[in-house]
Amino acid sequence: MDKFTTITGIAAPMPLVNIDTDMIIPKQFLKTIKRSGLGVNLFDEMRYDDNGNEIADFVLNKPAYREAQILVAGDNFGCGSSREHAPWALLDFGIRCVIAPSFADIFFNNCFKNGILPIALPQEQVDILMKDAEKGENARITVDLEAQTVTTSDGQSFGFDVDAFKKHCLLNGLDDIGLTMEKAAAIDSFEAKAAADRPWV
Amino acid sequence: MTASKTLYDKIWDAHVAHEADDGTCLLYIDRHLVHEVTSPQAFEGLRMTGRTVRAPEKTIAVPDHNVPTTLDRADPATMTEDSRIQVAALDKNAKDFGIHYYPVSDVRQGIVHIVGPEQGWTLPGMTVVCGDSHTATHGAFGALAHGIGTSEVEHVLATQTLIQKKSKNMKVEITGKLRPGVTAKDITLAVIGVTGTAGGTGYVIEYCGEAIRDLSMEGRMTVCNMAIEGGARAGLIAPDQKTYDYVKGRPHAPKGADWDKALEWWQTLYTDEGAHFDKVITLKGEDIAPVVTWGTSPEDVLPITAAVPAPESFKGGKVEAAARSIEYMGLKAGQKLTDIQIDTVFIGSCTNGRIEDLRAAAAILKGKKIKDGLRAMVVPGSGLVRAQAEEEGLAQIFIDAGFEWRLAGCSMCLAMNPDQLAPGERCAATSNRNFEGRQGRGGRTHLMSPAMAAAAAITGHLTDVREMM
Repeated sequence: MDKFTTITGIAAPMPLVNIDTDMIIPKQFLKTIKRSGLGVNLFDEMRYDDNGNEIADFVLNKPAYREAQILVAGDNFGCGSSREHAPWALLDFGIRCVIAPSFADIFFNNCFKNGILPIALPQEQVDILMKDAEKGENARITVDLEAQTVTTSDGQSFGFDVDAFKKHCLLNGLDDIGLTMEKAAAIDSFEAKAAADRPWV
Repeated sequence: MTASKTLYDKIWDAHVAHEADDGTCLLYIDRHLVHEVTSPQAFEGLRMTGRTVRAPEKTIAVPDHNVPTTLDRADPATMTEDSRIQVAALDKNAKDFGIHYYPVSDVRQGIVHIVGPEQGWTLPGMTVVCGDSHTATHGAFGALAHGIGTSEVEHVLATQTLIQKKSKNMKVEITGKLRPGVTAKDITLAVIGVTGTAGGTGYVIEYCGEAIRDLSMEGRMTVCNMAIEGGARAGLIAPDQKTYDYVKGRPHAPKGADWDKALEWWQTLYTDEGAHFDKVITLKGEDIAPVVTWGTSPEDVLPITAAVPAPESFKGGKVEAAARSIEYMGLKAGQKLTDIQIDTVFIGSCTNGRIEDLRAAAAILKGKKIKDGLRAMVVPGSGLVRAQAEEEGLAQIFIDAGFEWRLAGCSMCLAMNPDQLAPGERCAATSNRNFEGRQGRGGRTHLMSPAMAAAAAITGHLTDVREMM
């Protein structure tokens, strides 16, 4: 997993609420057995018409946002299916950070496993960032994970919360499984005790 | 005196294998269910790092999302190349890593959330995970069950644990009795109508109250299945005699002395008097009507007697979302829900693909025909549900009414197999999501109970099933 420290990049505004993972990556692209290559189909049904041509109005098709690294979105981003293809598609497109008033739990977790930082901020602050993002490619938002701040193109800064363990893993690009395996002794002893207490499991 | 605990607290406490100073826990996983779509990258990850499956005996796999449901599905030509590859990958991974497996050819194959309980893999007090958000279904047994991403699938395969922080406790109580024509599906949709799709985010919901207790195990699974649609990763219902009766005698349920010991523990799995809930929602059972969705979010729920709402009746970002939904759905504000004409009826899915669901639909359809020109299909949740429905004569009722009688799979719930809506096609569906494009690009989905879907099949428009009872 790539480390996440600081990014300064173009933010794309998507003010819609309840953007679900079916929108982020429709099911026909879940038939892959790989993690890579999904960026071209990110938001596929909003981004392309029935003939596969780009829909000019869609934000990521506009010249200013084709290189976006940040998404600013409406409430409850990532709801629905648990498909990790959603963060894979975002990452493959180049998105490293999503800012919204709230996120669905499973999507939120999945982001951290893939080097993407989801940031929940109060609606008023998201509204300010949304306006900033709407300025287009000259407006660059800075996200600093170490300092836990988001800064608009004109220097207005907001602090955000992040779980300390998740922050540590993201800053250092750490593999969860490796970290858990260091605790194998604790799992072994739990398993032995559970097998005695609940032999039917 | 020990502190009062919720059911969630008790199951959580019994599964913490390690707790760090900041409260990050390793939660031990008792059952790991696996399907073909969200697992290939996880198994590939194990291979690349030289890791193995820590507890293959607790890992159960079944292909369900991609598989065709037509009777000719043994023919590989019924699947697209990429679907074939994905199912073949699961075949190989199950064999290579020595995990329990129900291939497409096995009569026990079906939707993973129907197969787990049916085979007795899901038991009270367990932790159950699957790379699928509808894992919440298993909470009906008083098991802590939730969906995970593929990285977490790999983590559980390798370590049999999940890195977790504890969620908050939410109680959803449904008091009193349901009125005739109102089902578990109406309860779960009505709750989402109240909480919204984000109302449960960060919580584990415990459903309780007389109307919940009165539900069968099948109905309880329907309720818990859609906890995720309210934003909650898991829904729980305390086990009781109905739970034990359902579990007893299933292939992987405990037997003999193990059964007695299990039962003794299961009977302690309830929320103690005075235990703290961070949020409480109470609905009166008699206030719940048969409901349908009108929009593209499961929170867009209204009683069948209502009309399509005006976007301006909402607040904040929902105004724009509602306007977008109404346009996508091809509806008009003020239009009566019962005036909405449909093209297709889909009965099935992990929400409503169990025997009781098929009985409820068949009871409405018996001796009737579906509206001319309508496409209608029943997709049983498992091969065993299908066999039982044939034995009970339900299959013949569906066939006589004009429904297609299919083989088991997820089918048109998410349309990864050939069962899809065409653009603009409108469906009365017993599944769980009405998102844009969910059942096929441009497809329009109205969620409802099996009885309501059957009623719509007969009239060709959304219909109040109570008028047919």
